[in-house]
Amino acid sequence: MSRNKNIFSISVEASTSHLSKVRDFVAEHAQNLGMSEKDVAEMRLAVDEAYTNIIKHAYKNTPSKPVEIQFGFDKSQVWISITDQGESFDPSTYNEPDLLKRIKNKQRGGMGVYLIRKLMDNVQYNRHGQVNEIRMVKHL
Amino acid sequence: MKNFSISIRQVDAVRVLDISGELDAHTASQLENSLKSLIDQDQILIIVNCRGLDYIASAGLGVFMAYIEDVRGMGGDIKLTNMNERVYNVFDLLGFPTLYDIHDDESEALTGFKK
Repeated sequence: MSRNKNIFSISVEASTSHLSKVRDFVAEHAQNLGMSEKDVAEMRLAVDEAYTNIIKHAYKNTPSKPVEIQFGFDKSQVWISITDQGESFDPSTYNEPDLLKRIKNKQRGGMGVYLIRKLMDNVQYNRHGQVNEIRMVKHL
Repeated sequence: MKNFSISIRQVDAVRVLDISGELDAHTASQLENSLKSLIDQDQILIIVNCRGLDYIASAGLGVFMAYIEDVRGMGGDIKLTNMNERVYNVFDLLGFPTLYDIHDDESEALTGFKK
């Protein structure tokens, strides 16, 4: 078996109009690996939530900003890495959402980070210079 | 690119929104506008039939979170029906089934409004 890592990537601007393209990119590669329908659906949703957060929070809805999405795998894991150059996210400030409280306060959003953690096996936030990375892993 | 679409039916006093396609941060505003317009007209007995819905992200769920309190406060409800398993799983992961009235079939939700 090859020990080579396999990596595919696409670059998009930070706009919700590219969401379906980004989801389809991840789903296509996950399907090509023979992942289950459930795993493919979970990865599709995880990349959607992470990319949406970058659009809304890192870049505050400035659509010309760059986002790179990488899909990679080796023998033991599949990962999605997304990088941006916007405002960084501090995961230590994040709490599990209380749905009832949010409904009462008519708050929306803030569910994406929680969902990503539920959907993926491991989630890391890194910052290299001006570049933020979210790396989301599923074990094979 | 896949689309998202909404159409509205009237069944007795109930407004049924048939939604189909993919509901994400890009398409959520369409659902929001439809719901808001119903509520503005005091149409507060609402069923969202998800039979044609292939996909939902949390931005889509956020629309339901934003309006349920107002609608219930006015004596109505937003009931959700006919979700496929993948869509239901997302609602379930976020704890919606304990706070929202979710039915397998639209007829059950209609009956619920008659009680």
